[in-house]
Parts: sequence; C-alpha cells; structure tokens
Amino acid sequence: MVYKAQSGHPGGSLSCIDILVGLYRGVMRFDPEKPSWGDRDRFIMSKGHASPAVYSILRDVGVLEDSDLDGFRSLGSVCQGHVDRKWTEGVDFSAGSLGMGLSFGLGSALAARLDVSDRHAWVLLGDGEIQEGQIWEAAMAASHLEVTNLTAIIDRNRIQNDNFVEDQMRVGDVASKFRSFGWNVIEIDGHDMKEIVNALSEAKASVGPTAIVAATVKGKGVSFMEDNPAFHGAAPNEDQYAEAMEELS
Amino acid sequence: MTGISEPGASRDGYGDALLDLSSDKRVVVLEADLGKSTKSCHFRAQYPDRTFCLGIAEQNMALVGAGLAEAGKIPFASTFAIFSERAFEQFRNGIARTGLVVHLCGSHGGMHTGQDGSSAQSTEDLGIFRTLPGMTVMHPCDRNSARSLTRNLLSHDYPSYTRTARNKTREIYSEAEADNLEIGVASELRAGEDATIIACGVMVERSLDAAEELSNHGIEARVIDMHTLKPIDKDAILKAAKTGAIVTAEDHSVIGGLGSAVAEILSEECPTRMKMVGVRDKFGESGSPEEIMNKMGLTSENIVQRVMELVQKPGRT
Repeated sequence: MVYKAQSGHPGGSLSCIDILVGLYRGVMRFDPEKPSWGDRDRFIMSKGHASPAVYSILRDVGVLEDSDLDGFRSLGSVCQGHVDRKWTEGVDFSAGSLGMGLSFGLGSALAARLDVSDRHAWVLLGDGEIQEGQIWEAAMAASHLEVTNLTAIIDRNRIQNDNFVEDQMRVGDVASKFRSFGWNVIEIDGHDMKEIVNALSEAKASVGPTAIVAATVKGKGVSFMEDNPAFHGAAPNEDQYAEAMEELS
Repeated sequence: MTGISEPGASRDGYGDALLDLSSDKRVVVLEADLGKSTKSCHFRAQYPDRTFCLGIAEQNMALVGAGLAEAGKIPFASTFAIFSERAFEQFRNGIARTGLVVHLCGSHGGMHTGQDGSSAQSTEDLGIFRTLPGMTVMHPCDRNSARSLTRNLLSHDYPSYTRTARNKTREIYSEAEADNLEIGVASELRAGEDATIIACGVMVERSLDAAEELSNHGIEARVIDMHTLKPIDKDAILKAAKTGAIVTAEDHSVIGGLGSAVAEILSEECPTRMKMVGVRDKFGESGSPEEIMNKMGLTSENIVQRVMELVQKPGRT
C-alpha cells in the first residue's frame, strides 16, 4: 500500500498491527458481515496515520478488498490517507488530527451506558500523541464519569514524526501517569500475541477505564525500518520494498 | 411547551428549549463548567443521567459529543462563545468533516457581554464557524426565537453553532410568532422600500429602533432578522437589494460575520451599495454593555447614520 502510493506511514502501522490482530481476531465484538451494526464494539484509531494497519486488518477480516487497498491515498479511494468514517465502511472514527480519539471513545462509552449495552470502546493512541493536552482532558473525565467500557491502548514505539519521543518531548512513565488519572493499567509486550489477547480480555472485564501500555517497535518486522525515525512517514523505494517483503514473508 | 414567557436573554431561550426537547431520549447535554451561565443547568437538574459535565475542557467536550452522536445520540454542548473557539479545530476535524451532528451553543457572545472585558467578548465566533462546510450558524435575537430555533435543531441534519447573548433583550417575537421560525429562513420584522437593515442577535432591537428614527426623516427601512448566518437566506438578501441600499448590523467583527456573508451574496449576484455596522477590527474592554456598544459603534444611531449616508448620497440606483 505505502510503496504503491509512495506516501504514508509504515513505521507506526507495523508497530500496532499485532494489537489490531488481537482485537479483530480475538476480543472485539465485530461482525465483518455487519460492520455498521449499532451494538458493535467501537475501534478508534486515534493515530490516524496508521491507516495502513487498519485497512490491512479490515482486508484480513473481509470488509475491504485488495482493490480497495490498491487505491490507498489516491483520488476517490475508500482508503483515505488518514482513517475516515465517511469514506470507509468499518471505520468508526475520522482521525488525522492527533489527540482527539480518546474523547471520542469516551463519548462512545457513555452512549453505550445510556443504551444499557455492554459494548466496549477501544482507542489506539500513539505515544507521541499523548503529548496533546486533550488526551489528559479525556483521561480525567473517563475516570471521573466512572466509565467501565473504555480501553486505551498506547502504542509505545518511542518514535514520533521528527525524532525519538525521548528527545522531542519526554512523556515519562506513561503507566504511572494513567494510574494517577484513576485508570487501571496493564503493561505488555505489544508484539506478544498471548500478552496482547490476555490484556485485552482483562481490560474488557475490568471495572473502570483501562490503559494498556504496549511496548512496541516502530517498523516491526522490517530490519531497516525498525526503530528508525526516518520511516515514520516515508515510503520504501523499490529495493527497500523487495527487501521488506522478503523479510515479512 | 413548558412556557416561561417573561422577558429574558437569548441564553434563557436555549435553556427553555433543552427542556422542551427532553422527552426525546436521544437528547444529551454536555457542559464545560458553565451550565449555570449557558442555562443548560435546568436540563441537568432534571435529567442528570443525560447530562455530562466535562470540567473546563472544551476540546474534550466536542469529541465526547462526536462519540455520542456516532452512536445515535443528539448532543447539545454549550460554553461561552469565546471558549467555543478553543474547540474550533475539534469541530472542524472531529465533527463537521466527519458528518456527525453535534450542536454547540456559545453564550455570552459579542461586546454585549460587557464587564468581563475583552477576553470574553467573542467577535470572531460566527465568522470562524461559518467557514466550516456543512455547518449551520445561528444568532437569534431574543429568548423566544432562541428557544424555537434551538428546538428546530432536533430534526436538523447538520452540526450547528448558535451564539446566544448574556444580557436581556426586548421580546421581538411572541411565542406564537417564534414557533413559525425556520432555520435558514430570514424574518422580515418591518416593511420598507427605501433601504434594508439586515441584522442578527442583539443588533435586531437596535435596528428596529433605527428604522423608527429613519421614519421620522421620511426614510422607510425594511428590517430583516437574519437569525441564520449559514445557510444564509439568499432570496431575502436579493429581495433586499431591490431597495437599493443595505446596511448590516452585528455585534461581531465586520470581517467574516453577517456583513461579510451578505456581501458575498451581493457582490456575486447583485452588486448593491451597502455599509456594515459591526466591530471594526478591534478588541473591546470592560464596561457596561451599553457603554461598550456605544464605544464600538454598535448603536441604533450608528445604523441610522449608515442608512442616511447610503440613501442621501448621489449614485443610488
């Protein structure tokens, strides 16, 4: 997708794809036959530039087709540059401006409470993204309003657009921060499927909002992208593409 | 209606309307620590389960509204007009762009808010929200019209921004008259063929006063309440153009507000001589509403003067 479009964000897509597999193939209440079913769990990809990960999992579960993915970032394509609920069936939230998804997930969770439904809202956040103040407005409100059906998963890949998070703006001890805001916190290896599924299941069952801090590797699975800030928002060239495909196969 | 017909401010009309709408269980109310001021507090007192107080956090409030709307709720969020601007990008990217319907009310709009001073006197709100595709923008002039137009939002398919005023204004519409108002359809309050005054919000009562004064000078001015700035009533503007002179009146910057919206239509469709009464690229200061409105040139005398300039100068078509 990213190679074909020659634009997009491979690094942050590869860091969170295992988590998405855990959600869509494991824990989430989602029917690919009825992606707009009202009582489905909501998945909010707040770091909307990781759209290739979302389109890939929607392809994997059968909501999208290969031809949809081929159009990624091109005029008229259902696969917009950043995930967009208006353009893509199965996408619940229109992202692209960081920091908004947790608030939206809180709204989803409150709506479920009003509907007396046990549906869950899952929000995937980037670790750079939590530099946005609105994240903490939402974190404070979620525990104050005592929502039980909201989970934030922090893709702690330690790299943001310009550089390493540590150098750009330290976010510090993410787990402690969420704990101090009144959240349950689970820390996992974000590439260990067993840990992912266990954490998601625990979050779904827990009372109160839960933050899963997932230690991940930006560009996971492609040696030259791994831990490399250059591949936050850059497409591979022809040689790199061939090398990446070989490593991933 | 749970009628409260005593004179009030347009913000009281917003509070009345939320109670009118309460029987629809899809209606939810969002607050950012200003419910006592915006008047959503009355709904909160009766329906605490459907009211979410989100603290002093307008950006979060906007997107919580979006999440509720996506699940079929009809959120009515409010704060001061000035702080609605703090959630502007959230409204752009999280609501207007995404096809979700969230209604935002900004109370205490404009210079009319008075003593709190320039930090509270939003004179950009109508202009900035007007730039968002698909966004409805309203500024009712009295309690009854604010109540009726807010009620109309229940079946409205687009997100909206409505500015209300802190201070009491004259009753322009009876409850029965207000019931007939429609979003996007301007209301002619006074007939006249010599000139037209197109006003919104607190400038409507001043426009009616101006028209009376002009009548003493032999000039009969039409007065239009343009309560909806977007989608704007183009037909009413083009009809007004036939009077040959148009003055707009708003408690808002002349950059981007009602005057701009009217000029956008006229300049393309029917160039007509016009003048704007509004805030001239300035910040306000503390003072009583009347003092600051006088200082900013937002009085009926200012409107009279602008109309006279147009009507009396040669070159009138």
